[in-house]
Amino acid sequence: MDKMPKWADVILTPLISLVLAMGISALVILAIGESPWVALTTMVEGALGSSYGWGFTLYYATNFIFTGLAVAVAYHASLFNIGGEGQAAMGGLGVALVLLNIPLPHWALALPVAMVGAALFGAAWAFIPAILQAKRGSHIVITTIMFNFIAAALLNYVLVNILRPVGSMDPASARFPEQTNLPALTDLFAAIGIEWGRNTPANITFFIALAACLLVWVLIWRTRLGFEIRALGKSEPGAVYAGINPVRITVIAMLISGGLAGLMAINNVMGESERLVLNAVEGAGFIGIAVALMGRNHPFGILLAALLFGFLYQGGGELALWTSIPRELIVVIQALVILFTGALDNMVRMPLERLFLSRRRTGGA
Amino acid sequence: MAAGRDNLGGRSDAAAPAAIELRGISKAFGPVQANRNIDLCVPKGTIHGIIGENGAGKSTLMSILYGFYKPDAGEILVDGRPITIADSQTAIRAGIGMVFQHFKLVQNFTVLENIILGAEEGAMLRPSLSKARGVLKQLAAEYQLNVDPDATIESLSVGHQQRVEILKALYRQAEILILDEPTGVLTPAEADHLFRILEGLRDEGKTIILITHKLREIIEITDNVSVMRRGEMVASVRTRDTSPEELAELMVGRKVLLNVDKQPARPRAPVLEVRDLRMVDDEGVERLRGVSFDIRAGEILGLAGVSGNGQTQLLEILGGYPKKGARVGGEVRMNGRPLPLSGSKCNAGQRRRDGIGHIPEDRQVEGLIMDFAAWENVAFGWQDAPEFNKGWLMDNTAIRADAAEKMERFDVRPRDPNLAARNFSGGNQQKIVVAREIERNPDLLLIGQPTRGVDIGAIEFIHKRIVELRDAGKAILLVSVELDEILSLSDRVAVMFDGCIMGERLPDQTTTGELGLLMAGVTDADAPATAGIPPEDQHPEERA
Repeated sequence: MDKMPKWADVILTPLISLVLAMGISALVILAIGESPWVALTTMVEGALGSSYGWGFTLYYATNFIFTGLAVAVAYHASLFNIGGEGQAAMGGLGVALVLLNIPLPHWALALPVAMVGAALFGAAWAFIPAILQAKRGSHIVITTIMFNFIAAALLNYVLVNILRPVGSMDPASARFPEQTNLPALTDLFAAIGIEWGRNTPANITFFIALAACLLVWVLIWRTRLGFEIRALGKSEPGAVYAGINPVRITVIAMLISGGLAGLMAINNVMGESERLVLNAVEGAGFIGIAVALMGRNHPFGILLAALLFGFLYQGGGELALWTSIPRELIVVIQALVILFTGALDNMVRMPLERLFLSRRRTGGA
Repeated sequence: MAAGRDNLGGRSDAAAPAAIELRGISKAFGPVQANRNIDLCVPKGTIHGIIGENGAGKSTLMSILYGFYKPDAGEILVDGRPITIADSQTAIRAGIGMVFQHFKLVQNFTVLENIILGAEEGAMLRPSLSKARGVLKQLAAEYQLNVDPDATIESLSVGHQQRVEILKALYRQAEILILDEPTGVLTPAEADHLFRILEGLRDEGKTIILITHKLREIIEITDNVSVMRRGEMVASVRTRDTSPEELAELMVGRKVLLNVDKQPARPRAPVLEVRDLRMVDDEGVERLRGVSFDIRAGEILGLAGVSGNGQTQLLEILGGYPKKGARVGGEVRMNGRPLPLSGSKCNAGQRRRDGIGHIPEDRQVEGLIMDFAAWENVAFGWQDAPEFNKGWLMDNTAIRADAAEKMERFDVRPRDPNLAARNFSGGNQQKIVVAREIERNPDLLLIGQPTRGVDIGAIEFIHKRIVELRDAGKAILLVSVELDEILSLSDRVAVMFDGCIMGERLPDQTTTGELGLLMAGVTDADAPATAGIPPEDQHPEERA
């Protein structure tokens, strides 16, 4: 028998964690002499109270879905890919190289080609740590985190020395051709006559992210590859007994993971900035770890967790804008949510499990 | 075989209290009773062997003595005084030292640094180091324990590393030394030297407990021996009053013969031919030393032996997955075609396509994914099978239907394919594995410990299915440490010892006694009296 019902595992535990994190955040806000209630309403208003707020919330959520899925796929093979940041940055380079070098007449054509570029670059960046882990046993946590730094340095070099247009002082690439710019969600709503989210970065990549959730679910729970990934993740001796090649599956899982992280660049590089800038990923690769943890490595959970973190990002920005709560405190609030939903997950889970066990015992007796 | 302290031989006079006495020690891990009501008495100044198979509970018992586990019940007396051993520090203070099977040494520290590690006195190292240097010199002279105090551990041979472990215990003034499988990693010469050291220690009045599953060592060096089986202490005797044959029987146990209803075998052409199979593992230990046998269609070859004598390695090689870094030599033919023994063609998936089914020795680590549902485990290993796949996707509907059917036919309880494997009892877990492998109708079925931890009802059921498969004209290799199982199921019995096949017998023309001798490494040609001679000089031309 499982220790507690599925709904308690999947919904109740993260919800309690979230409430705890909010409670402590409220105490911190009280301590600096501000009103937690005002802070909360400002965040909710700013992130969810208008189509403008939603436009940003969904944009951030899209980033976090891709990086969260990336962490989850690797996790099912029992690999902890914390290189999403670097893989997403390299995905951006892939997008930029494709869009700047291949003439594509329309965004509908540019999108799939850029997706291939983004996924290939992200996957390639995950391949080296993967092969080092599979063949040499170099721990993937160490190598992927080192590859984040290498990616940042590489991108800096490429932007300053190669992609920067002549005469520009800005370490960024040239703008991508006009016709390859992705339609924003505003444009789609306008087409059906609704005014929604003007001047917001949310774009059709959100739907690609939703499709990615579905595809990852199919991959993990409906394909033979997913079966082999999960088997390897649970027991390597078992996998070997079953004729599964650990080297092959480790590498494939990491390629898919890196490819998903790379695909994030479609949202931020192609969809939003429409050129490649320095530090385009802005920590979304790391947020993806918290998103995957909170979403229990299930695509649907990841979707919900990504929306929550999108809300925190956008609401936090509003907080800095409209209250005298300093910007740094928003980072504290986000960190508390990550701490409670990710790192301290067991603090809530274990008492809950005991509670449900004792209830079942008295109920069953 | 009365087990009492009166008939144990000690060198000190009978009035002195025993160095260690255990009374009624019990320890359970969840549903597994690792130790059940253990009594043990080790007289001062003796070498006491504790013998038993893997999983018999020896290591748990010693971990209790060293403070790693707390017993659920029972009492420990050291020198006649009852004590509570809460942690290893208490054990050390009580004069108990432990030499683990896997050494606990810091590889890049020197011998001296390792010896004072955890026993430093004061904030500065120098006084402790120079004190240890003096003590070490004295110990080396006293017990032939010579080690260069300034050598780093990584530069030492395994035998010398073990000496450092012994020195560590002696430096902490251990009066009672526990050695857990000390010769597993040693060459015969190193093992002999170790025995001389242990005898020296005993003559100085130290008490030594030697845990092993090698009968030869027990006979050669111990004064008394206790036998453990399935968590119980089944006997304690003077070594000179017993024989390897008796100990072997005590170790594997003699149960009522299970009644297997089977006709005489009608063997046909050979399915599996193994010739001169050799294997050296990644640590350079020879696990198989020229194993040869045939299995014909329609017969069961039983492979008896105390576990740890190469059976696991043999199954892994035949199953297509020799351990990483192992070197395999020799030839294996399946239906006349050679099987690859290394390289990318040597994998478990290919072996399945070649018609080999495999019920692995450890169902929880290999045979099942414990977190997977029962229905997923029915496809485990056969995930490539066409009937389980539909284009890109796995046909989960078909797998579920297949699982439900197999669970019905093999009476797996509860009959819920959605339940995770870990939530079934051991017997029902094993039935899932057996159903999966037998129902594939393989030409050759490899079976490792089919009924370990399985209840009586399930044992009978599994045995019946194995015989049915044989009668359908399939070849079966049965590896088991249960002699009764081997004798009642097999059509021929081969005995394995130390990586060799010691001999072959027909089950109705042999006795457990005879098999026990072979399991103890006594070859056909030898008289029982020579059981103490290292087997290295004897094998391997014993295929009678």
